[in-house]
Amino acid sequence: MFGIRPRQKITQADWAGYMAQRAQQADSSAIQQFFSTPLPDPETPIAEVPMVALDMETTGLDERRHAIVSIGLVPFTLNRIKLAERRYWVVNPSRPLAEASIAYHHITHSEIAQAPDLDVILDEVLAALAGRLVVVHFRSIERPFLDAAVKARRGEGVLFPMIDTMSLEARLHRQTLWARFRRWLGRPPVSIRLHASRERYGLPAYQGHHALVDALATAELLQAQIATHYRPDTPLKDIWC
Amino acid sequence: MDVELLEIRQHMGRFPPFDGLSDDLLDAIAEQVEVSYFKTGSSILELNETLSDLCYIRSGAVEVYRSQGELYNRLGEGDIFGHFSLLRNHKVRFPAQAIEDTLIYFIPNAVFQRLCEEDDHFADFVELERPRLETAAEQQKKSNDMMVTRIRKLLTRYPVMVEVSTSVQQAAQQMSEAQASALLVLKEGSDNPRFSFKDSEGQTWQMCGIITDSDFRTRIVAEGLSPQTKVGEVVSSRLITIQSDASVYEAMLTMLRSNVHHLPVLYRQRPVGVVHLSDIIRYETHSGLYLVSNIFNQSSTQGLARLAPDVRAAFVRMVQEGANSQMVGSALSTIGRSFTRRLLEMAEAELGPPPVPYCFMVNGSMARNEQSIVTDQDNALILSDEFVPEQHDAYFHALAKIVSDGLDACGYTYCKGDVMATNTQWRQPLSVWKRYFQDWMANPTPERLLHSSIFFDLDSCYGEDHYVETLQDLIAETAPKSPLFLAAMARNALNRTPPLGFFRTFVMEQDGKHNNSINLKRRGTAPMVDLVRIHALACGSKAQNSFQRLNDIGNTQLLATGMSDKLSYAFEFLCMSRLRHQMIDLQEDRLPDNNIEPENVEDSERHTLKDAFQVLSNAQKFLKFRYPMPAQRQGR
Repeated sequence: MFGIRPRQKITQADWAGYMAQRAQQADSSAIQQFFSTPLPDPETPIAEVPMVALDMETTGLDERRHAIVSIGLVPFTLNRIKLAERRYWVVNPSRPLAEASIAYHHITHSEIAQAPDLDVILDEVLAALAGRLVVVHFRSIERPFLDAAVKARRGEGVLFPMIDTMSLEARLHRQTLWARFRRWLGRPPVSIRLHASRERYGLPAYQGHHALVDALATAELLQAQIATHYRPDTPLKDIWC
Repeated sequence: MDVELLEIRQHMGRFPPFDGLSDDLLDAIAEQVEVSYFKTGSSILELNETLSDLCYIRSGAVEVYRSQGELYNRLGEGDIFGHFSLLRNHKVRFPAQAIEDTLIYFIPNAVFQRLCEEDDHFADFVELERPRLETAAEQQKKSNDMMVTRIRKLLTRYPVMVEVSTSVQQAAQQMSEAQASALLVLKEGSDNPRFSFKDSEGQTWQMCGIITDSDFRTRIVAEGLSPQTKVGEVVSSRLITIQSDASVYEAMLTMLRSNVHHLPVLYRQRPVGVVHLSDIIRYETHSGLYLVSNIFNQSSTQGLARLAPDVRAAFVRMVQEGANSQMVGSALSTIGRSFTRRLLEMAEAELGPPPVPYCFMVNGSMARNEQSIVTDQDNALILSDEFVPEQHDAYFHALAKIVSDGLDACGYTYCKGDVMATNTQWRQPLSVWKRYFQDWMANPTPERLLHSSIFFDLDSCYGEDHYVETLQDLIAETAPKSPLFLAAMARNALNRTPPLGFFRTFVMEQDGKHNNSINLKRRGTAPMVDLVRIHALACGSKAQNSFQRLNDIGNTQLLATGMSDKLSYAFEFLCMSRLRHQMIDLQEDRLPDNNIEPENVEDSERHTLKDAFQVLSNAQKFLKFRYPMPAQRQGR
């Protein structure tokens, strides 16, 4: 398994203030547009929050050495996942693809060769995310990779609040007394990877490691998590990070 | 098509009615699907809510209820719901609830309407019960009409073909090598377009004739021709052929009409084989007709018993070839009657001529011409009124015993209810039988009729046919005027009810309980037969066969318009399902029975069976309402 570099933990107590500040400082119009689109208030019940599930496939796990290969996103609400509004892009990572990562996400050299640089589609991606709460499974990939890639191309990065279905799973399975007890007994921790998490909610097994399929899988997982452990009127602030 | 949607379309493509859709339409659905997750116990559709999508179960399980809260159906992966509402006014009539954690794919109404418009199979599937049952029953009939066995089925190899310039000696050698009794003669060119074709190398040939074994005798040896004579010089220019998709029957007619024993079989203009009269005869030997004549050639019970495997073989073949339930039922009944008649002939030969005239009556499925391969014997003796028990009964008892034992030996097991001519009660003169029937109809109670309803399917098998006809007339005259009798019969007909349908590998009962298998006779065909019998009695029909009874019922105002057709379709489908499962049992060397196991039921069969059960269930409810217990019996 690839090692994941320990990163500086990002916490933003006041996302609205941060976004407004970034909007003011922004040079690029797309980034300015993105930050000035207001987010739902932290007190908004989750059932009323427009969301978008985001997944990226990358050439590796370190945003300084590896790059984004594909981006998939599916807009949704707690009620409905809108597949018709799905978006998917393959982009040229401008960094050599390791054979191992090809086997992993099934995107080949020739597809990549014809793909545009992220910069070409970045405006579209940001427009699709703006105003919606981004939902990912394991934010330590999507957040730093997107930030780094945008910074490299536009001179300024993008950071924004996210709902991380993996950390919601971790809260349930890794941070409880029961979980600590299991650890103390030497039991392996409950898997909180996407597939294993979905299984716990009776969600079907999808062919993984395609950015759009994983985005869809993440959206379904969040619906299942809210239906099981939260309520439709749970405020956004209890869930995002 | 985006690969990312494969997940969705591949899943749908495995389940009806999506399995029959074109790839384009499947793509169109996958594109537009909306997804939602429902926790166990949460409501998916609320009564009277406005519905804008068809619901498809991707995983989990769902229960659908009637508006009063009664369970309507339990659905699993790959099932759909909501289509009734979409086809009507978009108001939810049947609310739905997740009974497991469930993932639903919502297919927007616009897509749903497009599917209904562009795909007839899909439209049939989602419309009400009748069209689907109708389609299933008609498809069975159609495939049967088409299939009355095509002649190409009898071909086992390509024809031996030679050029006109070949010597008759070489031709004879080739025939010997191939063990063929005829060969086809070809020449290059295409002056006769009827018989010219291109071979695989693109060369044009035409068939100019056929040479058979007998031609070698009559045209070559008898004429003293040299072995070096070219086949082209002796071949007959008279060429009678048949197309490969013609029926065996047509081929036989052609042979008889033209007085030839060999027929070249063509696919368009290309010869694909030669059939000989013996091929057709061999084929016929396996059929029911041959079997019947063979029954009458037997001189002992043992001989008859040895034919049992032939009966099963004929049954398997009929079902495989797509015969409908009426054809199978009447063929098996004919065979059963032939056994009975032959046994009676043998008994009379042994015991001497009967002292008084009699009629051997059959009851139950044989009387209705609806026998299956799993059947027992139901019969009785109607004797002349000159019958004097002390003088004559010993003879008839012995006769009945020979027949009954013989039938048992041939696979028609003894009747568990003792409805057999060996039972003194059912070996009586006509006047007694009349009294029996009058008494059953005049003083009915459900308990008494429970065991005698089988006699209301009655037909003559041997002897004085008019005895049975007298009884049939009596019933047709009295029954319609006997509301109490009809009510008692109706009450008994409700003793056996159909299940609600299937859920995964279980049979689901009306109360939601699960079973591992279902007796399709007890829970499907038999209650249907009971129900049809009551309506037939009420309208004075003298028909015994359920389909004919339904025809008679359809000509009256007894049931709502179209109802008797609907019942026919449902009955046909239930019968066919039962026959098909018995065929599978036989093919897999199991003892055939009336049970079907849900895991052996194909998806489309499941849905149609469920519809058929529903038709039966509704018809039973109507029965209760149509033939109520008259007032004085209710103790008002």
